[in-house]
Amino acid sequence: MTAVAERPAGSAPAQEQPIPTRTITVKIRRFNPEVDAEPHWQTFQVEALPTDRVLNLLLTIKGYQDGSLTFRRSCAHGVCGSDAMRINGVNRLACKVLVKDMPDEITIEPIKGLPIEKDLVVDMEPFFEAYRSIKPFLITYGNQPSREHIQSQADRERFDDTTKCILCAACTTSCPVYWTDGSYFGPAAIVNAHRFIFDSRDEGTEERLEILNDREGVWRCRTTFNCTEACPRGIEITKAIAEVKRALLFRRV
Amino acid sequence: MPQVHQHSYDVIVVGAGGAGMRAALESSSRVRTAVLTKLYPTRSHTGAAQGGMCAALANVEEDNWEWHTFDTVKGGDYLVDQDAAEVMCKEAIDAVIDLERMGLPFNRTPEGRIDQRRFGGHTRNHGEAAVRRSCFAADRTGHMILQTLFQNCVKQGVEFYNEFYVLDLLMTDGRASGAVAYELATGDIHVFAAKAVILATGGFGKVFKTTSNAHTLTGDGMGIVWRKGLPLEDMEFFQFHPTGLAGLGILLSEAARGEGGILRNASGERFMERYAPTIKDLAPRDIVARSMANEVREGRGAGPHKDYVLLDLTHLPREQIDAKLPDITEFARTYLGVEPYTEPVPVYPTAHYAMGGVPTNIRAEVLSNNTDVVPGLYAAGEVACVSVHGSNRLGTNSLLDINVFGRRAGIAAAEYASGTSHAGLPVDAEKTVQSMVSTLLESTGGERVAELRTALQATMDLNAQVYRTEESLKQAEEDIAALKVRYANVAITDKGKRFNSDLLEAIELGFLLDLAEILVIGARARNESRGGHFREDYPNRDDVNFMRHTMAYRNEDGSIRLDYKPVVQTRYQPMERKY
Repeated sequence: MTAVAERPAGSAPAQEQPIPTRTITVKIRRFNPEVDAEPHWQTFQVEALPTDRVLNLLLTIKGYQDGSLTFRRSCAHGVCGSDAMRINGVNRLACKVLVKDMPDEITIEPIKGLPIEKDLVVDMEPFFEAYRSIKPFLITYGNQPSREHIQSQADRERFDDTTKCILCAACTTSCPVYWTDGSYFGPAAIVNAHRFIFDSRDEGTEERLEILNDREGVWRCRTTFNCTEACPRGIEITKAIAEVKRALLFRRV
Repeated sequence: MPQVHQHSYDVIVVGAGGAGMRAALESSSRVRTAVLTKLYPTRSHTGAAQGGMCAALANVEEDNWEWHTFDTVKGGDYLVDQDAAEVMCKEAIDAVIDLERMGLPFNRTPEGRIDQRRFGGHTRNHGEAAVRRSCFAADRTGHMILQTLFQNCVKQGVEFYNEFYVLDLLMTDGRASGAVAYELATGDIHVFAAKAVILATGGFGKVFKTTSNAHTLTGDGMGIVWRKGLPLEDMEFFQFHPTGLAGLGILLSEAARGEGGILRNASGERFMERYAPTIKDLAPRDIVARSMANEVREGRGAGPHKDYVLLDLTHLPREQIDAKLPDITEFARTYLGVEPYTEPVPVYPTAHYAMGGVPTNIRAEVLSNNTDVVPGLYAAGEVACVSVHGSNRLGTNSLLDINVFGRRAGIAAAEYASGTSHAGLPVDAEKTVQSMVSTLLESTGGERVAELRTALQATMDLNAQVYRTEESLKQAEEDIAALKVRYANVAITDKGKRFNSDLLEAIELGFLLDLAEILVIGARARNESRGGHFREDYPNRDDVNFMRHTMAYRNEDGSIRLDYKPVVQTRYQPMERKY
């Protein structure tokens, strides 16, 4: 079995010799409710280049070993947020983890805390429901300006970090509070609230803070930093949550 | 037999990228609208666009929409329909302002206005010098557009059917009457009756191996229209973006050059000075991509195999890189292990954008031939060919296209739907999709989807990329024909109903094969070089014989017939294209 599909040809490393491949043992948590009573582990062997992404391993398995292996994927370079999964126990995007940074055995499981639909595919609806509940859109009242709103560079910079979110759910499904209490909004929803609360153009701060002040809101955060470590976009999530907490305490942004 | 569900709406939008959601915002505020999308909306490939969206706001220097129109026409090597380009460039200004008011966090000037930067092919006063026209949010403008449009869809309560694959268009007495979708989660079939249908399904970059496109860009919308006997326009024109990460194809925005990045060959020479003396590295993409490929062919490529060139950002201040190009520099670090602060980044052209597609007019109505519209059928974005991009799209004009023509499609479809009644569904509306699905589920053939797809992508990269000849295209045509024969014998492993992505990949491959064939046959017949289509055996533009759009039609037996459509010219006469 060779990893022919999607292999990057002629990529950069400066060696005259062909780049050696490695045999990777990929252990995947499988579950198809149509036929399985319980999830189980299945192991595949894949030949991989050091520059292959973990997503390439999954594509090779699906293409050449077992077409029924099911996972979501789209852009394959970390901007669409489709392929968040638990890789060796940590939430990552499969397209942002390179084989060269991994041991010879890789375990892959679905992200935790959302219902499993099949193999690595989870039901994203509860995640998006939490997102929708914090009013993730610009709220303004009164007359619109005739051209663009004026916003200083400093005001624009204030919420830059939280505009990077791609809604992959890696943060929310790494949160121990979310695992034990599914009604907690979770970090991603708070990140997206932050993006508007700290946007100088937005006039919905009060109503949004009221929502986050809820019993299942921002106060459930126990500052374990799992979310910040899990974020594939490098957003300082715990810091953003702390800023929202502070805004609630002092009612000032 | 899968369960069949029935739905009825005034308007359905197929696809939830930028064009689809922009259309849905207009349509759903007027009439009952649903969006059917094979992905969760925020997964759409609009989100991968980086550099910006051009509009002659003149926030930082003198500019006007007429200059933008001229650049678009010239950039497209005069195959642009000039009435459409005028509409796009004129409406660009409001399109940017609309997005800002919807909440898009554009970068700002010191005065707090929307900031603008240079981009390939965009010039002041008809080519004098590069102009700052691109409105941007760092190097994730597409991400911010996609998020902002989705946020506004949430605000407006737009109804989405996520992970619904539309596989057939319904037509009744020559009118669009709905669409049929396969639901990924259940394997059920859904028949949607609609007074108007808007196609916004994006491109088909996955016909190539080296591509910036997502795995999901398989040209389903174009394929569906094609199988209904409707034409496709200018399919031979495919854009190869100059700066894909070498060997991987991941996009590094032209904004890198807009911010001052320089392309160098193995000896460190700034080779674009030879090919485009005035605007150098900011020449349009077709010219830069060909120049890069030529450097490599003539032995001046960098690296151990001399098979790429270098994008040099090392002279830029780190703060500028961090503030304006954070994502793409991270791509270089993550995927090639290269540090752009101190090392040049290996790059090579990557298949990026389909200039061709479903022919439309400036109201986004789909055409059934050179002049007649298909009542109730609309298309916008990369799936469509209006044609604002001609034979080569300028950078940033795709984000503009989706906003301007997405909006136009949404308004036009809603207005049409509110003045008409349902056309009535054809008998056995679900039949085509049912048989598509059951044929694959029951197939006992010996061919694998992954093998056929890899073979298709290999021949397309080898024979129909930046440089093409009669011989290479003939080879591609033969290879595709052989793959189509093998495709008839394709089989899948997963026979289940739940989340059967194995089945969908097989269906998508069918669309890819159809579209690759149309691309190659169109390219073989176009004995000239223009924009993104370069024939080594016919290296010059031939306005006498080929200043016209290609219109491909499907014959009853599945073969392809080519016809032509005149280019709409308003104010600009074709000139030699120099930069």
